[in-house]
Amino acid sequence: MTETSPIDLSTLVRLLQLQVRTGADRLDRPVRGGYVGDLLSDVMGNSHEGDLWITRQVHPNIVAVASLKDLAAIVLVNGSEPAPETLTKAEAEGIPVLLAEESAFAVAGKVYALITGAVQIAT
Amino acid sequence: MADEPLIYENQFNVQGGNFNDAGKVASHIKAILKGFGIPSEAVRKTALVAYESEINIVSYARKGVIHLRLARDQVVIETIDEGLGIADIELAMQEGYSTATDKIREMGFGAGMGLANIRNFSDIFQISSEPGKGTSLKMIIKWRP
Repeated sequence: MTETSPIDLSTLVRLLQLQVRTGADRLDRPVRGGYVGDLLSDVMGNSHEGDLWITRQVHPNIVAVASLKDLAAIVLVNGSEPAPETLTKAEAEGIPVLLAEESAFAVAGKVYALITGAVQIAT
Repeated sequence: MADEPLIYENQFNVQGGNFNDAGKVASHIKAILKGFGIPSEAVRKTALVAYESEINIVSYARKGVIHLRLARDQVVIETIDEGLGIADIELAMQEGYSTATDKIREMGFGAGMGLANIRNFSDIFQISSEPGKGTSLKMIIKWRP
């Protein structure tokens, strides 16, 4: 088994063709895991530091959750547009907000395969 | 714990119904703890219990106060609110049980996990409530200094 370095946000942005809406200067952060959920207390209780949070929740309160839990970034799925207030807060808190056209299922599947090394990355 | 000298103490007001600022006090408390160099695991636990208690005040009370007392090896978060109160605490503690309105649920709150989260992430957790008057919580998080 070969030692692989953790995948960073910019690699995920490139491979999953995500739109970067905030936090463009923080995409060098490694992603070690992820969590999928739209219930804020579920994410508070079960996500871990450095996780990629995949959600369709666009309300500004997602920024506080990501910030308090030190999550790597928020990915909004199904082409959901964040509320303007969400982007203002995310920019102020330095939380990357990324947009995916695909569903949470598709995004989570791809991210899981990439960060566990199940799929090799062509550079 | 009564003998443990405090190194920091503060209190924060929370306005009921103001969801736009929900989480602000928890963020402030987290920044204070980080500034004191508290171990990151304890900082994260404290941020979580402060956040969930703040959301509960915003969701179910007219107003409330969050007290922060920091000692060398533990932090105490105490909240007192004037609000709806809880008729059946045992039921409210059950994961998934919630009295949240649709408006609250649309924002992603009201999953019925807040109090369970608080209990799970606190080393000591106390709750008391009087229906129609309000609810008080006390949470203690400890660490090895």
